[in-house]
Amino acid sequence: MPGKLKAKIVAGRHLPVMDRASDLTDAFVEVKFGNTTFKTDVCPKSLNPQWNSEWFKFEVDDEELQDEPLQITVLDHDTYSANDAIGKVYIDIDPLLCSEAATVISGWFPIYDTIHGIRGEINVLVKVDLFNDLNRFRQSSCGVKFFCTTSVPQCYRAVVVHGFVEELVVNEDPEYQWIDRIRTPRASNEARQRLISLMSGELQRKIGLKVLEMGGNAVMGYLQCFDLEGESGLVVRAIGTACTLEKLTNTVAPSAPLNSSPSKDVKEPGFGEEVCPVPLCSGPPTPLRTQTFSSFSPSKSYSRQSSSSDTELSLTPKTGMGSGGSTGKEGGPLKTLLRQQTQSALEQREFPFFTLTGFPPGFLVHVGGVVSARSVKLLDRIHNPDEPETRDAWWEELRQEMKSHAKALGCHAVVGYSESTSICEEVCILSASGTAAILSSRWLQDGFVDGYTEHRFEETAPPGCGFCHIPYDECNMPFPAQLTHCCCCRKSKVPDVLFTTIDLPTDASVTGKGCLIQARLCRIKKKAQGEGNATAISNLLPFMEYELHTQLMNKLKLRGMNALFGLRVQISVGETMLLGLASATGVYLTALPNPGGIQIAGKTPSDITYEQHISNIQRKISDTIARNKELYEINPMEVMDEMIGSPIPEPRQRSRLFRSHSESSDEVSELDLSHGKKDAFVLEIDDTDAVEDIHSLLTDAPAPSGFYSCNTEIMPGINNWTSGLQMFTSVRVFRLSNANLTNQSLNKIFTDLCENLLKSLYFKLRSMVPCCLCHLNFTVAVPEDELIQVAVTAVAMSFDRDQSQDTFRQSEDRSLMKAMAENEEQLQFPLELSAESSSTKPPNSTKGLPEGSVSSATPRASSVDYSSFTDRCSSWIEQLRLKAHTIRRGSVKTTSSLEKASPLTDGRSRSLRSTRSYSGSSVTVVKMTPLSFIPGTKIVKYLGIINMFFIRETTSLREEGGVSCFLHAFIAEVFAMVRAHVAALGGNAVVSYSMKECVFMENPNKNQAQCLINVSGDAVVFIRDSELETTPQQPQSASTHTSSSGDGT
Amino acid sequence: MSMELDVFVGNTTIMDEEVYQLWLDGYTVSDAVKIRMEGGVLSECEATSEVLLSDTMDQFRTFQMCERLLQSPTKLANQLLFQIPPQRQAMLIERYYEFDSVFAREVLGKKLSKGTKKDLDDISSKTGIALKSCRRQFDNFKRVFKVVEELRGPLVENIQHHFLLSDALARDYAAIVFFANSRFETGKRKLQYLSFQDFAFCAGQLISYWTVGAVDSMMEDMDVELEKEFLHDLKDLKVLINDKDMLDQHKSLVCGQLKGKIKVFNEMEANFKNLSRALVNIASKLTHTKDVRDLFIDLVEKFIEPCRSERWTVGDLRLFLTHYISCAHTLDTFRHQIIWDRYMSVIKSCILKMYHD
Repeated sequence: MPGKLKAKIVAGRHLPVMDRASDLTDAFVEVKFGNTTFKTDVCPKSLNPQWNSEWFKFEVDDEELQDEPLQITVLDHDTYSANDAIGKVYIDIDPLLCSEAATVISGWFPIYDTIHGIRGEINVLVKVDLFNDLNRFRQSSCGVKFFCTTSVPQCYRAVVVHGFVEELVVNEDPEYQWIDRIRTPRASNEARQRLISLMSGELQRKIGLKVLEMGGNAVMGYLQCFDLEGESGLVVRAIGTACTLEKLTNTVAPSAPLNSSPSKDVKEPGFGEEVCPVPLCSGPPTPLRTQTFSSFSPSKSYSRQSSSSDTELSLTPKTGMGSGGSTGKEGGPLKTLLRQQTQSALEQREFPFFTLTGFPPGFLVHVGGVVSARSVKLLDRIHNPDEPETRDAWWEELRQEMKSHAKALGCHAVVGYSESTSICEEVCILSASGTAAILSSRWLQDGFVDGYTEHRFEETAPPGCGFCHIPYDECNMPFPAQLTHCCCCRKSKVPDVLFTTIDLPTDASVTGKGCLIQARLCRIKKKAQGEGNATAISNLLPFMEYELHTQLMNKLKLRGMNALFGLRVQISVGETMLLGLASATGVYLTALPNPGGIQIAGKTPSDITYEQHISNIQRKISDTIARNKELYEINPMEVMDEMIGSPIPEPRQRSRLFRSHSESSDEVSELDLSHGKKDAFVLEIDDTDAVEDIHSLLTDAPAPSGFYSCNTEIMPGINNWTSGLQMFTSVRVFRLSNANLTNQSLNKIFTDLCENLLKSLYFKLRSMVPCCLCHLNFTVAVPEDELIQVAVTAVAMSFDRDQSQDTFRQSEDRSLMKAMAENEEQLQFPLELSAESSSTKPPNSTKGLPEGSVSSATPRASSVDYSSFTDRCSSWIEQLRLKAHTIRRGSVKTTSSLEKASPLTDGRSRSLRSTRSYSGSSVTVVKMTPLSFIPGTKIVKYLGIINMFFIRETTSLREEGGVSCFLHAFIAEVFAMVRAHVAALGGNAVVSYSMKECVFMENPNKNQAQCLINVSGDAVVFIRDSELETTPQQPQSASTHTSSSGDGT
Repeated sequence: MSMELDVFVGNTTIMDEEVYQLWLDGYTVSDAVKIRMEGGVLSECEATSEVLLSDTMDQFRTFQMCERLLQSPTKLANQLLFQIPPQRQAMLIERYYEFDSVFAREVLGKKLSKGTKKDLDDISSKTGIALKSCRRQFDNFKRVFKVVEELRGPLVENIQHHFLLSDALARDYAAIVFFANSRFETGKRKLQYLSFQDFAFCAGQLISYWTVGAVDSMMEDMDVELEKEFLHDLKDLKVLINDKDMLDQHKSLVCGQLKGKIKVFNEMEANFKNLSRALVNIASKLTHTKDVRDLFIDLVEKFIEPCRSERWTVGDLRLFLTHYISCAHTLDTFRHQIIWDRYMSVIKSCILKMYHD
């Protein structure tokens, strides 16, 4: 009996009118947890009832605490007939079970009804008293932290990355039970919502158990999905990466300067999530660590060894790192346990998979390329929900395949791993994809607590290009590829293109900017049943994959780029068609060779007009490439090519290198072109298909000026984000009326749909220019025979244009310097390399250039300006509100004493206060972003995972304004509920937000529609950097600052 | 082949002020698209008309969803559905409650009931304001009226508290509520030349000086009603015209002051008794609700028109009224100075406001 859950119902507001006669409501509340229910008194005749109930106490197992949500139902009391339900609130109490997360849930929650949507709000207080229970056979896993973030969370440091955890649970879908025929849609929806919530809780608990077994204390990159298999059941499955995380106690910057330039340098380029922990983890002034930093010795080429032999890597313990001592120092009881666990070799793991897409520096050694596996299955009824063996076996099969694919690439691990399904009737496509990679073993086993710095210099492969070097044997290549010497270090071999599912490593050297690249494909399929259908689909799949790949490759070349990150290939199955959508972010990796142009070749050049036609296309393509290179600022140093042969460049050549850089862009693009023809990528036009392909290549409109787009966490070449931030979801459903569509016309429709959607986004967000759409996540579905659904969730972030160019130039300079340094390295002692590279850094970190320092000052200045503007604008209305709301929160007054405490609590209290006192109303501004960070801020606390599932249904579609109104309202409601939960936990943002499911069904003839949405993310508390650094004098301005930042429009 | 569904939802609700205005003005989506296209947004962002249509639909939908909240603005601040920055909320509310003064002029003094709503069609065709916009404006009047009608305390502040409007707009609404409550006659042909702003000014004067709240803002009664006691006391002013001596004395005092200062001195002198009678008679009749309603028409017919026919300038009029008021103080037997000032200061400023073509 290890837990006591306490809940108090405070008040309600904006309740709907339930009694038409009096225009009022007699509301009361039922609070249910497990099988226990409490009721409040009826608050008669009020739309803003004050219950102020006692504390309802539930004494429960922690297992139950993990599985069950707290269920709050608001009802209208009716003397003569049954009480009418107004709506419900489900509160996941998991965040309260973690000591580090939230301690209390308190706030206004929207009262949600699956038929009517949000109907008023209710103020609730929830607490949990946990008793320590040392039962070793326990079934609960309280205390294991979950993160949707697919990299090391900002205020943590990864001690050990244990590896892959997965679990799935199955159940019957309430919608398909016999009882559904006699119950109301509301009852059925609520049963489903509750079941999924229960199943998610169970799943999380089970995964937590596995993590504890492995000796970890957290799951990163937690990805939970549910499969609505219809008749055959409901599957909720989850994957994640178990790890041991250590909270960085000293989150504030002061300790960073201790570490001097290297850490600062890393801090510069990204703002990225992987970046921020870096200065921090090196920051804590443990004497041992600082020592290791200064006394590091350049050891011999370690990465070479690892790439040539996997077994050696995984088994060799690292030499002389003095790890034991430091672990002992910081280790909790968990870690001592851990240390006893000696097995850590990847080979001994069942699946060396990592759901992470961003890594601590040095973790990712080499990247092989994308691996994926798909299988088509026929669904059958799940007979025994307690034994979900079939589904387990399916995934097991797929994962084995993935593992072998990775092996074939000479890799021992798969990173950026994800799984997905697409279901149509009884056919289900299971997909797994990831990036084969070789990882540094230091995080994979216990005992390495040393800072990154040491590691960074120990590697001979420079961090900017090391990961590009091929992991496989040169003479024994798994697939035909053109290998060249790395353009950065000139030592190792690199492939001509690199496709990955991970984010761009923060230390990767990139030329120019990146952009979103999409391949889209439709394939018609005959209607079929059962096995025939499954066979037809699995026959189509390889062709689709091939075509998507070709499209991606062509589009990549067309943009003059050579690598893809964040690749996500989605194949959706419908009754009469298959949809394929591949999205990725293209970049030009400096390490990889310059991609050739695209050369068009006709089949047999017979007549002149045909040849003219071809040369026309050729010219168009070449023009596009040139234009794109200019657009994305891709002007790599041409000289590099010449240098490949001679490892030691002569001084003369080096000076030329600089000159070529300063040449005007026109000349550069010309150079590029001439180069492009040397080893061009040949596209043959031998049939109409190819002509279509080329057409589609050329019709992809570039983003309007001022816009950039990517589907990864960070956009290379942009790092001076302002606070302008706008997360959005857009959904479109297109109806195909013509039954006799060809593949080509279908392709065109699909492509147009995606392109138009993008165009609409650009238009909508035009006020944010210059801006980048980050983490553009497209999902496609075929909800019905003739419907194509495309949903996009992304965040638009505006940035400072001038500075971006400036830093771009700087980063170019730096990569140039680096290249130089790398070349010189072969003559010099490696130690000097480090000195050299660190000496190049101060100009970057301190912004020695006058223009740089000016521009670095602008963001802060402008934001202050903005807040004062807000202040002015809203002052009168604010005053009014303060007058209207006679009771004000007292939190403002108590802060002065807090401010004298440490700078950390100071900053935190301020941010909390400021959000609370927001314009006199009780609504906290909650930012949402699919990224793992918020620019210009530091995440100081993770409050727990948000994982919510909602169903909305209507039987009066027309009256509500049609499908668009219905869905628009529903998505807005989902956002509102997510924000309310985060605010109640005490947070002010959701990071790594994603909408994993949006299943929309309609029946216009019956005037009905239904939609299911599943969203997830990490609730966090963030503090603005400006609040950390400069302590604003007037609390008023601080408050408006935070509140104004919610304005992303 | 068609777009079945097309939505865009931002975490921070995106609202374009220009589109909001089009929505408020009652345009249909297609008309709004046309207007936006002519406005040249397309060239801004290399967009097509499809994009514009989709955007306009989205925004109109958002506004429609927000409308419920805008109707009780205090809710907008603490609702959870839309995350809107405070300054934007203020803009939304202010714009939603803004109205066309041409429209307000038409409705002014009428009963804000359903019957009048049927007349909205006529007003719409007369003023050229879209019916939808008329309806919104009318509903706003009605809503504000209903809420503040029974409230205590200063009218303008009540409106500001409950509808979070700017001071200027709240004052206009106070005028509308005041007129609707007292049902002042404003529709007569002779009053047609007066604009909404003229009446709003007069209403402001009446609210500030003639209501219960004007004397004591803590009183039970509210600003909407004129103070009964004061109206009753106005009867005492009759002495000014009934007492022949006093009338003559008043006249000579005023004439003495104005001699050589106004161009229309002779006309004034000839007409003094009529003018004075008109003003005092209006005062003494105000005990009857019917006559209160006719206040403006009386002022125009009995005072403004005679002056206008004799081509008084505004300056002359101001001088006359100033001395007319002050000279009454010097009358030995006149004891109702306070009532007199309270009455005449309002009348003076109203007349001066209303005295134009």
